[in-house]
Amino acid sequence: MAAPMSSAGKPSAERSPFNTTSFQKKTRSRLISIPGTRPSVQNGQLLVSTGVTSLDYLLGGGLAVGTVLLIEEDRYDSYSRMILKYFLAEGVVCRHELFVAAAHDNPDDILQELPAPILDDVAIHKPVEQPRLSCEPQDSLDAMKIAWRYQNLPKVQSALASSSRFGHYYDVSKTMEPEIRQAAKCHRFYLPEHPTQSSPTHSTMLQSYSALLKSLQEVIHREGFEVAAPMSKSRNILRIGLHSLGSVLWGDDLCCHDNPSNSHALTTFLYGLRALLRSSLSVAVVTVPSHLIQDRALMGSITRLCDNAIALESFKGSERETNPLYKDYHGLLYVRQVPHLNCLASKLPDHKDLAFKLKRKQFTIEAPCHSRGGPALFGCAQVRNTN
Amino acid sequence: MFTELNSILNSTPDSFTQGEFILVSDRRSDASFLIHHFLSLYLRARCRVWFLGLVQSFNHYSAVSQRLGVSLAQAKEKGQLVFLEGLKESLSVLIPQETNTGSQAMDFLRDPAVGLKSLYEFVRSSVSSSSGRDEGADGAEEWGPPVLLVDDLSVLLSLGVSVGAVLDFSHYCRATVCSQLQGNVVMLARCDGEEEEDDEDDEGSERLLKGLTHQCSLTLHVQGLPTGYCRDIHGQVEVCWRRRQGDGQHAQKKVFQYKVHDKGASFFARGTSSAVL
Repeated sequence: MAAPMSSAGKPSAERSPFNTTSFQKKTRSRLISIPGTRPSVQNGQLLVSTGVTSLDYLLGGGLAVGTVLLIEEDRYDSYSRMILKYFLAEGVVCRHELFVAAAHDNPDDILQELPAPILDDVAIHKPVEQPRLSCEPQDSLDAMKIAWRYQNLPKVQSALASSSRFGHYYDVSKTMEPEIRQAAKCHRFYLPEHPTQSSPTHSTMLQSYSALLKSLQEVIHREGFEVAAPMSKSRNILRIGLHSLGSVLWGDDLCCHDNPSNSHALTTFLYGLRALLRSSLSVAVVTVPSHLIQDRALMGSITRLCDNAIALESFKGSERETNPLYKDYHGLLYVRQVPHLNCLASKLPDHKDLAFKLKRKQFTIEAPCHSRGGPALFGCAQVRNTN
Repeated sequence: MFTELNSILNSTPDSFTQGEFILVSDRRSDASFLIHHFLSLYLRARCRVWFLGLVQSFNHYSAVSQRLGVSLAQAKEKGQLVFLEGLKESLSVLIPQETNTGSQAMDFLRDPAVGLKSLYEFVRSSVSSSSGRDEGADGAEEWGPPVLLVDDLSVLLSLGVSVGAVLDFSHYCRATVCSQLQGNVVMLARCDGEEEEDDEDDEGSERLLKGLTHQCSLTLHVQGLPTGYCRDIHGQVEVCWRRRQGDGQHAQKKVFQYKVHDKGASFFARGTSSAVL
């Protein structure tokens, strides 16, 4: 299940045949309150932020827990990698757990490049056991001279304040401080560290994908992310970032041949990933170098096996770089698929032609011809996130 | 259950054609809302339903059916609904453990070249065992004809099963459920490419679609509007009856436009959407 959380106000008239009325007392909903998540306004599903607020808006408020976001990489894997880093950085700030898998770069390198969050009140988590600040005796430096009556009150719970916000902003010119980063628990899967097993595992899935799926299941089970796990522990979300699946470095020949020999390896893996995600409190972002995959039908089945799908096309090196229409933007963004889980209708974005721009403090996604002053005539809503 | 679709198809929970093989297909669109319609229709008609949910979890269908007024959990308890949750069963096959519990239905994931025999065996054994039990059972409820719903067949192609094996599977299901037991079968098949393109790319799903179209008696084909994306009209549905009469095929086609909203879908003749008029 993609973690549907029952909202308190939903009438369920067919609950029990013995009720004489259909009136249901508004009980406290069973919403699990996990920091960094919020329920969707459309269908009550639990959402997490991708780290990019304009992308959250496009996906219907955020990424639903239990789903996969597929990012079709741009040609040089610059912006897709950036979005992956935003996703992981958001996980660090919200104190979720991370799982990073890569075949090319060491996951530690990816984690060291995470952008620094822009927040005055992001608490630097000291590695002590209790994250809550209690009434500690203040230093003489912090002693209040005028409002001394407030001296003994506990400090503002700044840790809670930062995690209760949904979606943060990041400064890409700085990297995240090591103290903040090390406070988050990260699991790594670096393919060269997993030698190929001698025993034959699966005929359809490649050994690299099998090992990754197995490692994912182990982490989910061991750290208690399964939905069926006992509720006594405090729950958390696992953010999974899988970099460049389908590329040659994973042992897959989807990108090299027109008729790949293992054409179903990646799709079988994605099916298994979906099965794992639907039964756990986790979210995955997968990047695929789709510009190297010639088979459009294969890309279609890969897209259908993921829930959300976007594609990035950067202008670098193409003739669009000099096109005056696109001079303010770095590339185009296509929303290939938006899921409708636990409901019939999905909320598709209003505009289909979107462009993105990576600024120092914000990754903006907007419809290019609608951002100028003119088209207020058409009465179109602007996708641009003004902040 | 969508009332407008019921009037288009001339089917109500009390009276519907038996022995039908209904193919729901889509091209670059999403026809899964029709599966929810048929699921709630046949549950309301007090038929026994076998649902092969290969792409979504049980909770997804349960949540949508709740909005349409049918409780899947209750139906499962009463024994009216048999639900194969493909995702859950697949994990034990994809990640081999020492203790392998679970049905054999998803065994094709281990070696897709073998085909879908294990999946068909699952269907056949559970369908025929229950229909045998119904005749002399005391205290058992009177159910209607059996119905098999599959969501969806194209994911089997993505998992490595050949087109021939999938067509065999659908043929065997049709023979068992429609001909022998006078029940209905509804299957969803999805397609990605454009129809006019001369593509070797999507050969698999095109061939599957063509093969299934020949086997079925009623098709509902969903695609986007030919004029492009529109927020108020989500697409068009082409309904085609392929009745086999003695004097040859008689195919009757109708095209409708539709819009899916929270608790159902509305169907209207082309150009008569409320957003346009």
